[in-house]
Amino acid sequence: MSKFKKKKGGELPAISTASLPDIVFMLLFFFMVATVMRDSTLMVANTLPAADQVQKLDKKDRVMYIYAGKPSDRYQEKFGTQAKIQLNDKFATVQDVGAFVLAERASKRQELQNVLTTALKVDGETNMGLISDIKQELRKVNALKINYTTRSGDYTQNLK
Amino acid sequence: MAKRSAPEVNAGSMADIAFLLLIFFLVTTTIETDSGLNRKLPPMEDVVDPPVIKQRNIFTVVVNKNNDLLVEEEPMEISELRAAAVAFLDNGGGKGADACDFCQGARDTSSSDNPDKAVISLKNDRETDYKVYIAVQNELVAAYNDLRNREFKRLYPSAGLSFVDADSKYSDPRTSSSEKEALKPKLDAIKKLFPQKLSEAEPSKTN
Repeated sequence: MSKFKKKKGGELPAISTASLPDIVFMLLFFFMVATVMRDSTLMVANTLPAADQVQKLDKKDRVMYIYAGKPSDRYQEKFGTQAKIQLNDKFATVQDVGAFVLAERASKRQELQNVLTTALKVDGETNMGLISDIKQELRKVNALKINYTTRSGDYTQNLK
Repeated sequence: MAKRSAPEVNAGSMADIAFLLLIFFLVTTTIETDSGLNRKLPPMEDVVDPPVIKQRNIFTVVVNKNNDLLVEEEPMEISELRAAAVAFLDNGGGKGADACDFCQGARDTSSSDNPDKAVISLKNDRETDYKVYIAVQNELVAAYNDLRNREFKRLYPSAGLSFVDADSKYSDPRTSSSEKEALKPKLDAIKKLFPQKLSEAEPSKTN
């Protein structure tokens, strides 16, 4: 009998937390690797529309981004509520798009200069007029590959 | 002299430090949405002699400023657009040189002759919402993709893929170059059967 009693005695041992740092480090490294630092802060509302026939974008160094949408709340006082274009960190007019594309193109390596894609990250509420103007400017500087960046999702989400 | 062993460094706060870093990266991480609809704009130079396209080979889609859809002069819901576009592209009403031997459509003589000839013309107003425009674009691309998937499955059943899967596999940098070379002629053949002829007119001004 005493044999069994011996084993029964004693409290539950505390769970060792020695491996907790390892687990946290593992998560940390995952996020460090997966993080893409945003190189420009968004100054416009940017709720992308949804689409499900999407294609993956090229590597990041072959893409230049053009943002457009209504200025965010804290800029509305200064810039109004009309949809605007954002290039890098500044608000810009339609006329600046061409110069921006040429500058971006010149900053890339020679072999990439012909394969650049322009990603249009445009808020869903924007009017098409602004986008057509951007497209006209892009055509003028011969930046013909474009990508309408979207969320993945069903198109019916757009119609509400 | 008493031998002193070096005191062990307390590693208890390591977890705290790691948590701090973890939270920093969690907050700064933005999982980038890097996918979308790829389009190609037409070059700027004016075509001197625009090719004449027969009216029956043009599928007109107009989106007005109230985000309503007008397809071939008839109002339509966006949910019906995909089927209408598929019916138009796959019609294959042509005869002789224009005949389409793989089309499964109605072969209506008042609709498109051949997918190779069929053009979808998309026109929008300056006040159309971008998200509606994207929904329309999405449905038109979906119509092309449906047809391309069908033909891909029919011609290359051994691949076990749909056209869309094969295309994304082709553009995936991890795919080996030998696989890419095997895929490329297949993709090109399908793209030749159903070329994406989606023309966009310059938007109309609102009066």
